[in-house]
Amino acid sequence: MGIEGIGARVARKEDKRFITGAGRYVDDMVVPGMKHAAFVRSPHPHAEITGIDVSKAKAMPGVIGVLAGKELKADGIGNLICGWMIHSKDGTPMKMGAWSPLAVDRVRYVGDAVAIVVAETKGQARDAAEAVAVSYKELPAVTDAAEALKKGAPQLHPEAEGNLIFDWELGDGKATDAAMAGAAHVTKMHILNNRLVPNAMEPRAALGHYDKAEDHYTCWTTSQNPHVARLVMSAFYNVAPENKLRVIAPDVGGGFGSKIYIYPEEIVCLWASKKTGVPVKWVADRTESFLCDAHGRDHITEVQLGFDADNRMVALKVDTIANLGAYMSLFSSCVPTYLYATLLSGQYAIPAIHANVRTVYTNTAPVDAYRGAGRPEATYLIERIVETAARELNVSPAELRRKNFIRSFPYQTPVIMNYDAGDYEASLDAAMKAVDYAGFGKRREDAKKRGKLRGIGMANYIEACGIAPSAAVGSLGAGVGLWESAEVRVNAVGTIEILTGSHSHGQGHETTFAQLASGRFGIPIEQVSIVHGDTDKVQMGMGTYGSRSGAVGMSAIVKALDKVEAKAKKIAAHLMEADEGDIVIENGTLKVAGTDKNVPWFQVALAAYTAHNLPAGMEPGLKEGAFYDPANFTFPAGCYICEVEVDPDTGRTEVIQFVAADDFGNIINPMIVEGQVHGGVAQGIGQALLEGAHYDPASGQLMTASYMDYTMPRADDLPSFKVSTTNTPCPNNPLGIKGCGEAGAIGSPPAVINAITDAIGNNDLTMPATPQKVWAAIRAATKH
Amino acid sequence: MASVSMTVNGRAVSGEVEGRTLLVHYLREHLGLTGTHVGCDTSQCGACVVHVDGKAVKSCTMLAAQASGSTIVTIEGLADGADLHPVQAAFKENHGLQCGFCTPGMIMAATDMIRRHPEGLDEKTVRAELEGNICRCTGYHNIVKAILAASEAMAKGGKAKAA
Repeated sequence: MGIEGIGARVARKEDKRFITGAGRYVDDMVVPGMKHAAFVRSPHPHAEITGIDVSKAKAMPGVIGVLAGKELKADGIGNLICGWMIHSKDGTPMKMGAWSPLAVDRVRYVGDAVAIVVAETKGQARDAAEAVAVSYKELPAVTDAAEALKKGAPQLHPEAEGNLIFDWELGDGKATDAAMAGAAHVTKMHILNNRLVPNAMEPRAALGHYDKAEDHYTCWTTSQNPHVARLVMSAFYNVAPENKLRVIAPDVGGGFGSKIYIYPEEIVCLWASKKTGVPVKWVADRTESFLCDAHGRDHITEVQLGFDADNRMVALKVDTIANLGAYMSLFSSCVPTYLYATLLSGQYAIPAIHANVRTVYTNTAPVDAYRGAGRPEATYLIERIVETAARELNVSPAELRRKNFIRSFPYQTPVIMNYDAGDYEASLDAAMKAVDYAGFGKRREDAKKRGKLRGIGMANYIEACGIAPSAAVGSLGAGVGLWESAEVRVNAVGTIEILTGSHSHGQGHETTFAQLASGRFGIPIEQVSIVHGDTDKVQMGMGTYGSRSGAVGMSAIVKALDKVEAKAKKIAAHLMEADEGDIVIENGTLKVAGTDKNVPWFQVALAAYTAHNLPAGMEPGLKEGAFYDPANFTFPAGCYICEVEVDPDTGRTEVIQFVAADDFGNIINPMIVEGQVHGGVAQGIGQALLEGAHYDPASGQLMTASYMDYTMPRADDLPSFKVSTTNTPCPNNPLGIKGCGEAGAIGSPPAVINAITDAIGNNDLTMPATPQKVWAAIRAATKH
Repeated sequence: MASVSMTVNGRAVSGEVEGRTLLVHYLREHLGLTGTHVGCDTSQCGACVVHVDGKAVKSCTMLAAQASGSTIVTIEGLADGADLHPVQAAFKENHGLQCGFCTPGMIMAATDMIRRHPEGLDEKTVRAELEGNICRCTGYHNIVKAILAASEAMAKGGKAKAA
């Protein structure tokens, strides 16, 4: 490794520790005197707590403390909140039910935390947790969102009559209805978006340490945004004032959204550390993760798409019920609203769009953002109905899309978003070429001879990321700004630390962020270190989600680097008695353009810190900070094509090839970008074929609460992927980048389902398309 | 309590453990070898794979007491001093890891897989053999690529040594 700038396919700096077993995850942390926690959780989906007897548990070996909700409330610990206000169309605010970190008088889903046990060992804590006797009076439960809205359904929160959290709309309903009424053809579909469990491989964990002498708390936690965790735990949950609370998110083993939120466990571990006088560590087991991590998706939608006689889209009408689970998680309200309905125009010029969204409480785990968050739901809707419409209209799905593509930018959609740049035809062409679309007919014939059904399906997604312009999201109800911060510290010998508010939990920031400085100043990438994930080291930052670390996080770094460069040039100009406008940086040297005068980078840095000979009035040092607030969202888009082969005898689907052609704008490290697409596509294929969080409606139990029951995609379920990129640079940030973290999970599910429905000749198929469902759909199709 | 003694990464270790202590917990909590991870409770994910007497074993499936007398190699013991094992090097070169949590188990499983297939590996075999290791980040694409690359590199290296 040497000087590795923007665009370099450089291997990751952070890999060494991970491949040698030296990564440091929360469960690897040991603090002197540390003890272990286990949570007592509700086995019922809905019940009143009529009594908690901890006497037996307290007497068990190794037990240090058993604490329940009443003590927590007595100490003034606050309820968990949702930080994004949504108003119903009648103007009333969303109905947020109370969520105590430990349930006091009622539990609302299987896994709801009731008490914490702290003991010498993890085994002892679990044994004692089993011995806590909680008396419950069981109540009727409801797990399905449509059922929960029905009259007479069990009621979860007194604050939310009929379990309705809000009834919200976006777009012009009257114009949409009028356009639909005048349409030459209307395609209608009933679409389900299956509930998923994010399943980062590292289970969530928290280590709370209260230092009595300093009256100070430290929390090591599996967080994508430690500063947000600190802010929320201070401002809303009354754990400790911000200056008395340090949150550290060390190496974190994947997030996919599920580690954005502040959960009951980290709050309770911090509080329990003060109560018991010992540092308290809790690590979820996998079943706890299934039960208690925020789930994703779970939409029920009726959709209509109208066309004129020339097959141009005239109107899209959407009616969605979104299941938010038993409590409103931190950002749950924005996912089925501003991250969903605002993307319903897809890549198409649709003059009239209207969406109505009702969000609902049910006796299930809270639902919040999972990779893509609202945008996969929107994309699945649009791309399935466009494909279905093409079949009904008997036109090629590619041509129907081409005819309706947005072709001039900026483009204002009827649903808030203003697309800044794109070339949808370029990615469609690239994907069709890569998959050999023209040769599909022959491949289908060949498969038929072997008794197999071949199908091909595409999806042309768009997403909004680079989240987000603070004033814009503020006007839409966000409780926070979504800028990012950076600080660039040049050391006296010229090496660099970049402190960022972004958090890397697999994205490779330690490499890509370092590339920015390595390339610009011409110093080896090894001499640039990235510091993140610790509120005591890094100034306030907003963290990593919504594919924002590139477009927002790196833009903040660029702003800080600009300032460093400007000051370095001033110093160099002074040292060489030249005009600062004539200074250029080449290969680690600051030169006077057109002459052989130069000063090496490290000497400029040294001069900044010796301060013996600086320009008059200049402060010593070479360290600059920046906050970057984006001007707009960014709009990655692309075309995914999936080719499948279905065995008609068993209903089993094999993904034969999967092609992704993405427009992410400019790219810092293509190797890392490809890796992000691979992972996202695998999760999307998982949603389409394998994964589904299933609650038994009768018992309210999560039936898919382990890897024995929830089908994670394995290596032999997937092919190798063919990925490529096209490029229309983003005009709204200094690097021209759009973000690549979520695209794979957004674009792939409809491509897969479109391929299977093409193969079997039946559009009526829900995810996950298990062999049983596909087999039944084949039978249903042949009956007609 | 049970007495256990074994060789871990070339070092003789012994101690007293609760009878129910799993090998993975002995490695992590008693020996401080935290490179071996726990990703599930049902022996599905493979984040805890180590080598027991030369074979890949999910260390959450085995009691520490059962491993007494065995020779264990964990991810911390795979490299030859400062020199990475070819499988470790291939994971880095091929971007076969993202968050790194499944990586130690993947590398230990892959090392065993390559050893069991001296005839060489193809993509289908690698994918089938990885059935017991779950990764959520990479979509397996680059893990498969890394294992194939390592298998080839090790075959060439072996031939070079033999010659």
